Amino acid sequence: MQLSDINWFKYAAPQRFYPLAGKLLPWCAAVAVLLCVAGLALGMFIAPTDAQQGDAYRIIYIHVPSAWMSMVIYLAMAFWAAIGLIFNARLAAMLATSLAPSGALMTFIALWTGALWGKPTWGTWWVWDARLTSELVLLFLYIGFMSLHAAIDDIRRADRAAALLAIVGAVNVPIIYFSVKWWNTLHQGASVTVTKSSMATPMLAGMLIMALAFWAYCIAVSLARLRVVILEREQHTQWVRAELGVRS
Amino acid sequence: MNEDTPVHIPSGGTLGAMRAIFMRDLRLALRRRADTAAALFFFVIVASLFPLGVGPEPALLRTMAAGVLWVAALLASMLSLGRLFADDHADGTLEQLMLSVCPLPLIVLSKMAAHWLCSGLMLSLVAPLLALQFDLPGEAIGVLLITLLLGTPLLSLIGGIGAALTVGVRGASVLLSVLVLPLCVPVLIFGAGAVDAAVSGLTVGAHYSLLAAMLVAALFLAPWAAAAALRIALD
Repeated sequence: MQLSDINWFKYAAPQRFYPLAGKLLPWCAAVAVLLCVAGLALGMFIAPTDAQQGDAYRIIYIHVPSAWMSMVIYLAMAFWAAIGLIFNARLAAMLATSLAPSGALMTFIALWTGALWGKPTWGTWWVWDARLTSELVLLFLYIGFMSLHAAIDDIRRADRAAALLAIVGAVNVPIIYFSVKWWNTLHQGASVTVTKSSMATPMLAGMLIMALAFWAYCIAVSLARLRVVILEREQHTQWVRAELGVRS
Repeated sequence: MNEDTPVHIPSGGTLGAMRAIFMRDLRLALRRRADTAAALFFFVIVASLFPLGVGPEPALLRTMAAGVLWVAALLASMLSLGRLFADDHADGTLEQLMLSVCPLPLIVLSKMAAHWLCSGLMLSLVAPLLALQFDLPGEAIGVLLITLLLGTPLLSLIGGIGAALTVGVRGASVLLSVLVLPLCVPVLIFGAGAVDAAVSGLTVGAHYSLLAAMLVAALFLAPWAAAAALRIALD
């Protein structure tokens, strides 16, 4: 079998991707649950207490994975939105729409858990640190993407406009990060950088396992959302009518 | 007119088209001076509200001045950006412009330039007077003027992308602000930061360089993105 024999775009059709997503979904969810249990067990019970922060540091097992996911999902969303825009692919645009709420949620969790972590350790809920500020702006970019998509009635126009916005935002995110970083060092304020000096192996392992758990969770939830979006948008087609007829 | 009447072919090519659109937009804005004036008064009012809110202490006002004036300029620009494409879209001119031989990004650039002359430039020229209300020292006022002159075109350019994305959408003006303000964060940081640096006695060369670099990049990229957005909106 040669490379040219493979139909690389087989699953680009919503009708074909829908059952594939349905098959992947339970596996991703199961992986997410298992990794989450393993990661939390490792992080909460096996990893040692931190020398400087005591047990308050343990929120790292939620905070860092969600922060990583917020950035990864934004890149994924911008990538799929770009594919949808360039190749006029419906499914890619639907996927970008499905990823956005998960990304926004991850960003919000990162900010919230960061605040909860900051209060006992830094003494304050919020600080205009480079990372916090750029994470906040990232939340605004997600909200902008979802608002623009929701505001336009013609769904294909909404897909394309939101895709352009996501691309412009993706180009802008490094600029925002470096400008805030420079702004922060200029101010030299009361922010104390949290030094993660060579983490103990159980801590690092726990964090990485939780990161993979969050990744599996986001994939599972996005696939579930995508299935609903496919049904909604393709409701005029025969296969969806048959699908819904079978279900109801 | 019969078939012997010579056909008048417009002269000037691409630059002629750009100049024509630029002059048209300027003329239209001058005929409706109330719109420009309203954005300007909004700027003045917002900048005057802050001292009323935080108290009249001069030291505090001097510290806040850069940020307050820059944020007020941002908000006033956001208000006036709706005008960039909305009127032309409403009467069908925008579709005709998109059919033109002149490349759409260049047409958009001319419109953005005319828009800046009527909004951003006016804001920049009024800002030093407001800076006096905040007791900013003279040198800092000069820096404020220069950063606003560098930054307001950036706001017109980046905001133009947002205006093109939200052409004809309900609730366009608020949505425009939600979309564009996060993208303008670097401009705000370096613009206000330059004035703060001047007040503290530090050098502002780096701030100017970064603002100018962002302006040059936006001059190249933003009209292209806005043209793509217009094609998405109207095709």
